[in-house]
Amino acid sequence: VSTATTRTITTARGLECEVQVRGADAKGTPIVFLHSLIGLFHDDEPLLDALAANRPVYAPVWPGFGAALGEEALEDMLDFTLHGWDVLTSLGLDRPHLVGHGFGGMIAAEMAALAPTSLATLSLLAPYGLWIDAHPLVDPFTVSPFDVPKLLFADADRGGALLSGGSDFTDATAITDFMVGNSRRLGMAGKVLFPIPNRRLSKRLYRVTTPTTIIWGGADGLIPADPYAAQWEARLPGSTTAIIPAAGHQLGHDDPASTAAAIARHVGSRT
Amino acid sequence: MKFVWFNLMPWPDLPDDFRETNRSVWVDIPQKYFDPIRANTVYHEYMDQLEFADSVGFDGIGINEHHQNGYGIMPSPNIIAAGLARRTSRAAIAVIGNSIALYNPPIRVAEEFAMLDCISGGRLLAGFPVGTAMDTNFCYGQIPALTRDKYDEAHRLIMRAWAEDEPFAFDGKYNQLRYVNCWPKPIQQPHPPVYIPGGGSVETWDFCVDHDYNYSYLSFSGYLAGRTLLQGYWDRVAEKNKDESPYRGSFAQIICVGADDAEAEELYAEHMLYFFNRCLHVDPGFADPPGYRTVKTIKAGVISQLRASAQQLYTTLTWKDLVDGGFVIAGGPDTVRERMEDMIRTLHVGTVFCLLHMGNMPDWKTRYSTQLFADKVMPSLRSMWPEWEHDDRWWCHPTEERVQPEATFADRLRPGIGPTP
Repeated sequence: VSTATTRTITTARGLECEVQVRGADAKGTPIVFLHSLIGLFHDDEPLLDALAANRPVYAPVWPGFGAALGEEALEDMLDFTLHGWDVLTSLGLDRPHLVGHGFGGMIAAEMAALAPTSLATLSLLAPYGLWIDAHPLVDPFTVSPFDVPKLLFADADRGGALLSGGSDFTDATAITDFMVGNSRRLGMAGKVLFPIPNRRLSKRLYRVTTPTTIIWGGADGLIPADPYAAQWEARLPGSTTAIIPAAGHQLGHDDPASTAAAIARHVGSRT
Repeated sequence: MKFVWFNLMPWPDLPDDFRETNRSVWVDIPQKYFDPIRANTVYHEYMDQLEFADSVGFDGIGINEHHQNGYGIMPSPNIIAAGLARRTSRAAIAVIGNSIALYNPPIRVAEEFAMLDCISGGRLLAGFPVGTAMDTNFCYGQIPALTRDKYDEAHRLIMRAWAEDEPFAFDGKYNQLRYVNCWPKPIQQPHPPVYIPGGGSVETWDFCVDHDYNYSYLSFSGYLAGRTLLQGYWDRVAEKNKDESPYRGSFAQIICVGADDAEAEELYAEHMLYFFNRCLHVDPGFADPPGYRTVKTIKAGVISQLRASAQQLYTTLTWKDLVDGGFVIAGGPDTVRERMEDMIRTLHVGTVFCLLHMGNMPDWKTRYSTQLFADKVMPSLRSMWPEWEHDDRWWCHPTEERVQPEATFADRLRPGIGPTP
């Protein structure tokens, strides 16, 4: 059973955002977790639960991914990056550990490039943001919702159950609700990922002096660890890399224990 | 009534097993099927047909824009329109239209449409589609969630460029231009009639009503299926207290005319099935990327929620299904006339885009069907809206003294030069 509570904040820009909070009473420097393309599941985030054993974990729901409206205000990469910092400011967090996954990893890396010394550490979980011509990524915007679980999860059955949330897709209302949610989530992500998930972050990565680790599922079907993990490491001298062999893109669901351990190794010495 | 003869310009040589062996007819269609030498013939045949339609009395000739598409080899309709403007002098030239969010900057459309209006002597109907997801997002890389916003800005820029008499600065989100100065300007003032092809977004209804643009519903599902969408449009027309001129709306309909019903089936069935079975084989993943449609449109439920099942439907359609379901209006002249009347009244439209060439239909059949329609169907449909007979708000206004294509060079030579008559 999750220990998550939900806080609603309003950023300086005026965007209302939900933030999942776990381990609020724990000591230690907080972790901020930026989620992937599939958003957050309130009752089923084993990675966040594991991380919250030792320190507070704040997981903001990105605009377009939750009930709060107003995501039109964010249009491009700079808007996204500044929104990330706005959320940290609203939460009153000073030099937290930042963890970003996939789509959220791209935003986290941009945030670090903008203000590298304002973070304690940076953990990038299978981040978007780089593009290698010889290894073009799957186009997530053409994938049928029915095919998403096996693309994202090593355990497609668990992924399917998680994504459908128990909805009955023979019901027209449930389908419409799903389509609206899917359209808002991926429509929002498309602003920085479509048609090629490369907003020239590579030009800015030289600024990331934040201690950084790169963590990847070895069976990632969305952004393959080979060769993308090595590309990130090459762009971030001094970073470390951990590959979790059997995990897919949703490594926090496929292997939460190993993923949490890899993050803990990175942040543990820097509380 | 106004009748516009429309050619999508399909590629006629897709193999029998196209559907089974390829992912999609659009976006990633294999290059191996295209033959530039063959295209030389195909383009001329299609342009000849459009000119033929002008000669047999159609009010307009129409073309559109698609990219990387097996049923439309016309990424630039303006190139085709330029050719038509030179070789015809009567019919309206309906470019339905230019996907204005794709032109960088969109002032290019203001310029090219102005050129076409000048060359044609004021015969342009100007279409401004938002563009399909296939063309706009997947072929031309526009971000789905921002496409409509970019379209709106492009529309503002073009209309202002046509309207202003002085250079102006345009500080847009997607276009920043210090000196907008559209040169040339269109003959038709304040602007050519504007047609907005709609595919099912509810926002487009209000956009058309608010600006008094023609809402052109283009689909291949026929008029029975088109009722819902056009009714939504007419409801908005009424709610906003606009008059109910049928010329506010138009509809694209596939039409096949033979000597009688049996001949129509015999002549055209195979080509209609070519179109529905091969040309509409679009990967569902390309049809509706998240963010392309607004939440409002999704909730309105006017689009097919499961594109995959619609795709499946096309594969199993027979000639009888196509005719009975209204996908195709086909038969002898009497049958076609009756169904056209039903379609026009049901949808309350004053303009029909007549798709008389479809799929891999050969030239002679296209001309035969076209001639029969012009001679034996069109005349009796002309006066279906007598109370709106003089409503020309959505039609072109050519200048009387325009250049005629018959003009030759013989009388322009300096005396004593050139061949002696």
